[in-house]
Amino acid sequence: MSAFSENAQAFIADGPRLAWHDKAIWFVRQKRDTARAAVPEWEELRATASQIKAHTLSRLAGYLEQFEANAIELGAVVHWARDADEHNRIVHEILRERGVKRLVKSKSMLTEECHLNPYLEERGIEVVDTDLGERIVQFRHEPPSHIVMPAIHLKKEEIGDLFHEKLGTPQGLADPKALTEAARQHLREKFLAADAGLTGVNFAIAETGGIVVCTNEGNADLGTSLPPLHIACMGIEKIVPGTRELAVFLRLLARSATGQPITTYTSHFHGPRPAGELHVVIVDRGRSKILGRSEFRASLKCIRCGACLNTCPVYRRSGGHSYGVTVPGPIGSTLAPHADAAKYAGLPFASTLCGSCSDVCPVHVDLHHQLLAWRGELARQGLVPLGKRIVSRVGAFVLARSWLYQIAGKLVRWVVPLLPARLLRANAWGRQRDLPPMPRESFSEIWRKRGRS
Amino acid sequence: MLEVALFVPCYVDQLYPAIAVATVELLERFGVKVHYPERQTCCGQPMANSGFFDDAVPLVRRMADVFAPYEHVVCPSGSCTSMVRNHTEALVPGDDGVLALRKKTFELCEFLHDVVKVRPEGRFPHRVGLHQSCHGLRGLRLGSGSERLVSPSNKVRALIEGLDGLQLLELARPDDCCGFGGTFAVAEEALSCAMGRDRIADHERAGAEVITGTDISCLMHMDGLLRRERKPQRVLHVAELLAEATA
Repeated sequence: MSAFSENAQAFIADGPRLAWHDKAIWFVRQKRDTARAAVPEWEELRATASQIKAHTLSRLAGYLEQFEANAIELGAVVHWARDADEHNRIVHEILRERGVKRLVKSKSMLTEECHLNPYLEERGIEVVDTDLGERIVQFRHEPPSHIVMPAIHLKKEEIGDLFHEKLGTPQGLADPKALTEAARQHLREKFLAADAGLTGVNFAIAETGGIVVCTNEGNADLGTSLPPLHIACMGIEKIVPGTRELAVFLRLLARSATGQPITTYTSHFHGPRPAGELHVVIVDRGRSKILGRSEFRASLKCIRCGACLNTCPVYRRSGGHSYGVTVPGPIGSTLAPHADAAKYAGLPFASTLCGSCSDVCPVHVDLHHQLLAWRGELARQGLVPLGKRIVSRVGAFVLARSWLYQIAGKLVRWVVPLLPARLLRANAWGRQRDLPPMPRESFSEIWRKRGRS
Repeated sequence: MLEVALFVPCYVDQLYPAIAVATVELLERFGVKVHYPERQTCCGQPMANSGFFDDAVPLVRRMADVFAPYEHVVCPSGSCTSMVRNHTEALVPGDDGVLALRKKTFELCEFLHDVVKVRPEGRFPHRVGLHQSCHGLRGLRLGSGSERLVSPSNKVRALIEGLDGLQLLELARPDDCCGFGGTFAVAEEALSCAMGRDRIADHERAGAEVITGTDISCLMHMDGLLRRERKPQRVLHVAELLAEATA
């Protein structure tokens, strides 16, 4: 059993929580449906966004260099990082050189991927995540369970208990408004005391050298307006050619993510603010490898809206932590095995290949086809359990011979009714499900008789 | 007169022959002559979906060969039809026989709706929930699906909603997956059954007596749960429903 299966099984064991989680996430999918319905040209937008990304990826190096040149022109410092280590070292070096002791961060999945927080904390820097959901999971010393709603796995009562312990809110307080207010007061102090602010990047504009950060809490703005130093970390795939193209994505992102027409704050940073510094760290971390694999390339179109998580019947019923990777859900299941195919070999199988992810994706990532392609790749690399391999081989041998197939079918239909119920209920099918009654004759047999009559 | 070769998925042949019989009856009722090439076995989907593409290739070639003499191939399963249409090219690239097979293979409802262009008349006095199996819905576009913003359409619905007495129920989540997913049903048993129960609950709340659909694989999974839990709803493949209603 894969690590994912075990985790999912544990998640499902808590029935009421399972139902609550599924419903909470489905609610977000429905909000997305409503927001989408208000945009008659939705499908045209998706197709356009997909084509823009395909184009950009096809000449990524050029656009990255154009972005770098324009960002430098605006006064930013641009750094390049091959992997997580290099990224963490660069960020730490910038902070160390300026004697930064306190860093405030807005949400960045890339720095989660790179495990930047523990890296900096080990080196004596206080790191405070300022996105409310991120702050909650940071308090709990756990990773986000969703890329847009990091604490969606928690109920308000659990957050009340956590804030009682960490922030001294009254015991039993579970009113979301009051809890949010407590977090705001707490974070306000952190913002005021910070020496530097770090943000992710939703879009980097090649044509202008500017970056765009989308948040709902305004925390990116506060975190970059108060301290003099702003570090922005981005994956190489975040590039868009120009502002015209940016507009297409801004119409899709929030609608797909949360059902909002646009995020509350869409912050454009064009160079450092007066007397401040802006550093942009551009990170590869395996992305160029994906770019070189044609069947998986489209996954780099992803704008991290999380719509595929929300629609995924498996994600909704297994929770983000079951995936054991920073980005869960269908997109995570196709990205993770690039980094370590053996470790994440279970993820491409964590799907019924229902295809809802591909249809909901605002940039046409062919997610369920990629999961299928991964299954093939894993089988080729010998990373699929031997039992499955043998069953497949034997099945293919039998099915390649119609006489053998007919005998095998007859045997099954003859044997199954003779088996004791106990045995039929002792396997993965039968524990919770009855088998259908076995018919006496197959259709092939019926057809042959019909031909004779 | 239209002539078709019947492609009966292996699990239908062995476990649900009545569905294939109903398919033949139905096609003949609408004036289609049915052939059944007896050498057929399986389209290779179980192997392909498990990642064992090499094991599936000979079965795909065999399919192309068995059905080569026929102009149309009709199959009472959206999933197996989707396998043939959408996944065989990658397994056996550039093969004329496979290409021909992909183009001429239809799911039963699709064939009745698009090629024979029928509007079945008959009586089925029951409250019916339609389970939209994913591979038929999204792989073959038998219906518009809830994700995309396209004009609503549904070929299966169009075939059954005009039947006398049939009350087609509105579901809260009309196209969420039931969790069958082939080997997923056993490899991820807990998830699969949780998903199946949620689907059943949706049909129950809507007041369904009968759950119908294009794929008995999904219906077998839900039926297994229903019967274990001694629930009154019954599953019925759409071919059986239509054959019964138009008899």
